[in-house]
Amino acid sequence: MSTIIEVNNLGKKYNIGEKENYLAMRDVLMNIIRSPFSWLKSKVGIGGHSGEFWALKDVNFTVEQGEVLGIIGRNGAGKSTLLKILSRITPPTTGEIKLRGRVGSLLEVGTGFHPELTGRENVYLNGAILGMRKKEIEKKFDNIVEFSGIEKFLDTPVKRYSSGMYVRLAFAVAAHLEPEILIIDEVLAVGDAEFQKKCLGKMEDVAKKDGRTVLFVSHNMGAVKKLCGRSILLEGGMVKMEGETGVVVDQYTNGMASQNTFIPFKVKELDVLVTKIILNEESGGAISPFKPLKIDIEIEAEHDVEQVGVEIIFSHEDTSGVVFRTNTKTIKNMDIQIKKGKNRVTCLIDNFNLCSGRYLLGFGLSLFMIKYYYYNLALLNFDVSESMIGALPTSAIYSHVYLDHSWSIAN
Amino acid sequence: MELIIKPKNKWWQFDWREIWLFRDLFYFLTWRDVKVKYKQTAIGAAWAVFQPFITMIVFTVFFGKLAKMPSDGIPYPIFVYTGLVFWTLFSTSLSQVSNTFLENERIVTKVYFPRIILPVSSIITNIVDFLIASVILVVMMVYYHYMPSLAGLLIIPVLILMTIFSTLGIGLLFSSLNVKYRDVRFILPFFIQILLFITPVIYPVSIVSEKYRWILGLNPMSGVIDAARAGILGTRGIDWLLLGVSAICMIFYCLIGYFYFKKVERYFADVI
Repeated sequence: MSTIIEVNNLGKKYNIGEKENYLAMRDVLMNIIRSPFSWLKSKVGIGGHSGEFWALKDVNFTVEQGEVLGIIGRNGAGKSTLLKILSRITPPTTGEIKLRGRVGSLLEVGTGFHPELTGRENVYLNGAILGMRKKEIEKKFDNIVEFSGIEKFLDTPVKRYSSGMYVRLAFAVAAHLEPEILIIDEVLAVGDAEFQKKCLGKMEDVAKKDGRTVLFVSHNMGAVKKLCGRSILLEGGMVKMEGETGVVVDQYTNGMASQNTFIPFKVKELDVLVTKIILNEESGGAISPFKPLKIDIEIEAEHDVEQVGVEIIFSHEDTSGVVFRTNTKTIKNMDIQIKKGKNRVTCLIDNFNLCSGRYLLGFGLSLFMIKYYYYNLALLNFDVSESMIGALPTSAIYSHVYLDHSWSIAN
Repeated sequence: MELIIKPKNKWWQFDWREIWLFRDLFYFLTWRDVKVKYKQTAIGAAWAVFQPFITMIVFTVFFGKLAKMPSDGIPYPIFVYTGLVFWTLFSTSLSQVSNTFLENERIVTKVYFPRIILPVSSIITNIVDFLIASVILVVMMVYYHYMPSLAGLLIIPVLILMTIFSTLGIGLLFSSLNVKYRDVRFILPFFIQILLFITPVIYPVSIVSEKYRWILGLNPMSGVIDAARAGILGTRGIDWLLLGVSAICMIFYCLIGYFYFKKVERYFADVI
């Protein structure tokens, strides 16, 4: 095997405020007129370097040909920045990357889809945007359509598609991308469960049968464990750990914030700040089986946001299996409107039927069936204390979930 | 094939080979713009004729008939339409090119491709309109009995190229500034409107005395429109001094636009 990707001392610096506040040329010109000297200083690089932020620092790793490498870490750990540099969307500030093969990146499903164009037309457009040649698309066209399963609507403008159909078609195009190095960001977080499974299967094929190199970023630890042999864990822009996937994933889940150390985070696309997620506030965070569980989510918005689905996911720490998922829109068909200012979204579970043990709390903000603005399966962890049920404590050794039931016997 | 990603690439280099690799994307983006444009409008391609034609009628009534604007002895409708065909190509392309990176934000921030493809493809889209609008010009030439001179016929492709490159040069500068400074998009319509009045569209260059006429050439479209009138309508020889000054200015604007664009293009995804 030969090395196909070599990352050396990679670093990326952002100037804080560069993106958040759009510059007005008027202000820049006024500053030059008002204080030409300080402007000159900042141009030559003397003055202060106030708002600097290193999204990545001293990142080193190599990837062998045919390897599937998982990249995990919390939001803001630098995963997306790394993928963006690898796909040449943004340049690094320091270091270099050597790539020995054609790179195809899938940072989003359906990039460049145009609502006015038909499904057929969008397959060509999207294919070209993802880096396929026209001939290549023509050759694969039938396979793409078959994979998507929407033959009948091929000549309908995609604006009339249901969101499910849209995602299917978009993913079908993406799945037929055949570069030597494939970079995949959390794209599987959309679509229905069956289609997600199909996509995961397709990705397994890409990696294992075709022997292509894949870099896979995901919050879905189950998928990472299934697909990737080796993984790297990013934390604060640095590689915290590198090695066999099982070990790295364990390290990641252990190091995760418990509910007491929640760190507020921003969802840029919606301009909202999630300031707090509190479990059972009244009882100081204690969670017991068969008692109510109340989850309060505090969201501060810069402007009104309509039609957003708020999602809560519980998964079990050891297995990463999702035990419960609810979404205001998909599950409860409720339209949540976030208003400018402070909002508090509350989810109340009358009877918390999970048995004792440690669980991961996942959180998402989504646009119904189209995409997630934010998605993290493992945002916090929380412990469910033991209590007695029948003759024994509610230890998860027996089961994770307790279902209401009764026994009877007829003799 | 080995590709090295480094903090600084040689930004002054124009990578023809890479553009060639992405030629299909270029084709599809242009095709998308043309297709979407004509799908959305009820009258489709007729829109391309409609806009300069109605403008021509309005200008003829107000500037030609009421304000008695001179037109070098040429009937005002055909005089102003010749200018308008080129002006429309320039002004619509310029405003589209200037917004092209913002409008394609989704693909700029998610996929890599040579960014220059976007502005060039939005200009090409407008050439389709230009060609359709030119048909009306031919009809008017038949109606008013005007024959282009030989030099006039030969110079047309050059004039079209000059319009394209002027748009590209100025457009690259504006579109790159637009990514970083969000007030540029508000300045632009105003800028284009002012430019219409300092370009000889509604008046002939002969209203400026011969000695100072070359100054008009600082605006590349002055040279283009003046030469278009002289050549296509075949009424007089082409003012080579004016056209020459315009050509030099065009090259100058292209260099400024291109270098600024190259300097900032790699950071588009960070600031857009």
